[in-house]
Amino acid sequence: MDDNGGAFIVPVDVRIDRRGGKMSEQTSLRAPRLWNWHRIALFLPAMGLIGFFLIIPIGVIAIYSFLVPGVYGGVVWEFTTNAYRQFLFEQDLFTDEWAFNGAYLNIYGRSIGQAAVATIACLLVGFPTAYFIATRPPENRTIWLFLVTIPYWVNLLIRTLAVLFLLRDQGPINSFLMDWGVIEKPIRLAYTNFAIGFGLVYSYLPFMVLPIYASLERFDFSLMEAGYDLYAGRWTILRKVVLPVVAPGVVAGSLLVFIPSLGSFIAPDILGGGRNLMIGNLIALQFQGSRNWPFGSAAAMILLTLVLLALFFFARRQQGGLASSHG
Amino acid sequence: MSEGENEIAVHIGDVVKVYGSGDSAHTALHGINLDIRHNEFFTLLGPSGCGKTTLLRMIAGFESVTEGEISLYGQNLATSPPNRRPVNTVFQQYALFPHMTVAKNVAFGLKMKGHGEAETRARVDEMLRLVQLDRFAERRPSQLSGGQQQRVALARALAPSPKLLLLDEPLSALDLKLRQAMRLELKQIQRDAGITFIFVTHDQEEALTMSDRIAVMSEGALQQVGDSRDIYEAPVNRFVADFIGETNLPEVVIERYEGDHAVCRLGDGSELHCSVSEGAAAAGERGHLSIRPERLSFTAAGEEGSIRCVIDRTIYVGTDTQYAVHLGDGSELVVRVQNEAGEELPWSAGDEVGLRLATGAARLLSD
Ligand SMILES: Nc1ncnc2c1ncn2[C@@H]1O[C@H](COP(=O)(O)OP(=O)(O)O)[C@@H](O)[C@H]1O
Ligand SMILES: [Mg+2]
Repeated sequence: MDDNGGAFIVPVDVRIDRRGGKMSEQTSLRAPRLWNWHRIALFLPAMGLIGFFLIIPIGVIAIYSFLVPGVYGGVVWEFTTNAYRQFLFEQDLFTDEWAFNGAYLNIYGRSIGQAAVATIACLLVGFPTAYFIATRPPENRTIWLFLVTIPYWVNLLIRTLAVLFLLRDQGPINSFLMDWGVIEKPIRLAYTNFAIGFGLVYSYLPFMVLPIYASLERFDFSLMEAGYDLYAGRWTILRKVVLPVVAPGVVAGSLLVFIPSLGSFIAPDILGGGRNLMIGNLIALQFQGSRNWPFGSAAAMILLTLVLLALFFFARRQQGGLASSHG
Repeated sequence: MSEGENEIAVHIGDVVKVYGSGDSAHTALHGINLDIRHNEFFTLLGPSGCGKTTLLRMIAGFESVTEGEISLYGQNLATSPPNRRPVNTVFQQYALFPHMTVAKNVAFGLKMKGHGEAETRARVDEMLRLVQLDRFAERRPSQLSGGQQQRVALARALAPSPKLLLLDEPLSALDLKLRQAMRLELKQIQRDAGITFIFVTHDQEEALTMSDRIAVMSEGALQQVGDSRDIYEAPVNRFVADFIGETNLPEVVIERYEGDHAVCRLGDGSELHCSVSEGAAAAGERGHLSIRPERLSFTAAGEEGSIRCVIDRTIYVGTDTQYAVHLGDGSELVVRVQNEAGEELPWSAGDEVGLRLATGAARLLSD
């Protein structure tokens, strides 16, 4: 399982589709008309790919989540909803009675909180960054965008280890602060929630910057002057003029950060020292250590449901916004 | 200029604008002096790139003033940012807020100024009625035509009752018919609202039909300030004469001055009496005349007081016919004669005719 998780490719695709909708309308106006069979032939590879890499694995996971775990991993082909029940309840080993257990719910809550904090932090850093780039002279923008994406050329695992190296007790940040006498003893940075958040922000920041940049680049800056002319201050202009107009970019960026953050397991594993289990780690554990494939599958299905709900919520909101903008 | 009753709304004193610095410095305005009166429809007219937008943006507060002073009803604006100036702008591309309805767009300035809900709503209704868009209050700008968007921009800028309204080529994006209708409408709205307008355009016809006074600009400097008639009838220099309307600009030798008139000799030797603009060259030197084509007419060749010429081409342009003629020395002039209903054109190419000037038709220009 990749850190972004196979399942998360779904929502990302959905997003891009929605955003691309308008563009493809325009291009189809220019493109010559295609015969029907020709179109089908063009769609076939995409359909095949989506079917093969998306529908089938998710189908397998959905089915596994309703089976009985094998003793050494794998599954026994016997229908049960125990995997889902296990999510909320614990079965007593001796009496076989189910009692409520909030531990897993806790993990999900913590993961959502962690992902939300990472998303907000990315937004706070990413928006000014995107704004800065969008207001550079056009010929310099590509260079800035290039700089933002450079970390992406390095494997995520290695980047995360580099962050760990930075945050360690003996790492450069602590040594620097101690050398300058700011602190006596190293502050604990590594293996904390802060470290996980830092790692997530570092990993997914470009996902925030790029869509917001794309919106800001199309933004008509004379709207800011109009606001300024009509007695609005700078913050009011940002809140009432800029943000509403570039909202699609902000929403896209937030989803692109929130969704992979929610399922990430490399950052929590390495930077959190595996102490605070996150959804991603929980799922990974079921397939590696605990060997409870059905429970891992159920956990993944619950995560997928959460993600789809979040997407649905945003899609509805955006559609609502669009509808009222035309109604 | 009548004194006392005409309060000065905007004073622009020795304003210089330099963009950039060092090697890339570019002087866009070279010392502009202007006084714009209360309730005036004042137009800045000039070709593209002459600095009209720059001057307007300095009055609005979007550009810094490199040198000089701009004041509004006696108050220096130097330290006020745009949101503290009682000045609103109608932007060239309208700059309407796309995510707000027409009503919300118009309400924006009122809300920012802290007007209450009820007061704002009443004012928005009033403004939308003024620009005849009350039926479109709940639409988005993208659902309106260009002319309607233009009127929303106007209503939005007028709603907070600014002391001064700035309009940067607001009609340039509209098609001809609509543009002509909007000219009258805009002028009417200005009268009704009782607000000083500074209107920017590169279209001389637009300027002539709407303005109380016009400032003609070229290359960052004022050329002439006056009402439409002054500018058209008594241009001060070649640039203004050439830019406003159509004109002939023959080169002449200035024979002598007689009072406020001059006697000039055309290339073919014929002498003309002409009015003189300030700064024209001295007697004995060369200069240029401005002769409007419609102030010339034809008579029979050789008639007393007429100039002999030959017609080269005729162009029928509906209301008039335009004749290209040449004089004895080969110098060319354009003559415009109004067409009469159902009549054949009395002259045609190749005819030798006499050219007659209406009194005061020729004006000696400064260069
Ligand atoms: N922001 C700017 N930076 C540098 N030069 C500018 C800027 N804005 C305008 N100019 C220059 O100043 C001159 C006047 O421009 P402008 O005021 O826009 O003219 P107009 O509105 O009459 O067409 C032009 O030569 C233009 O290139
Ligand atoms: Mg301009």
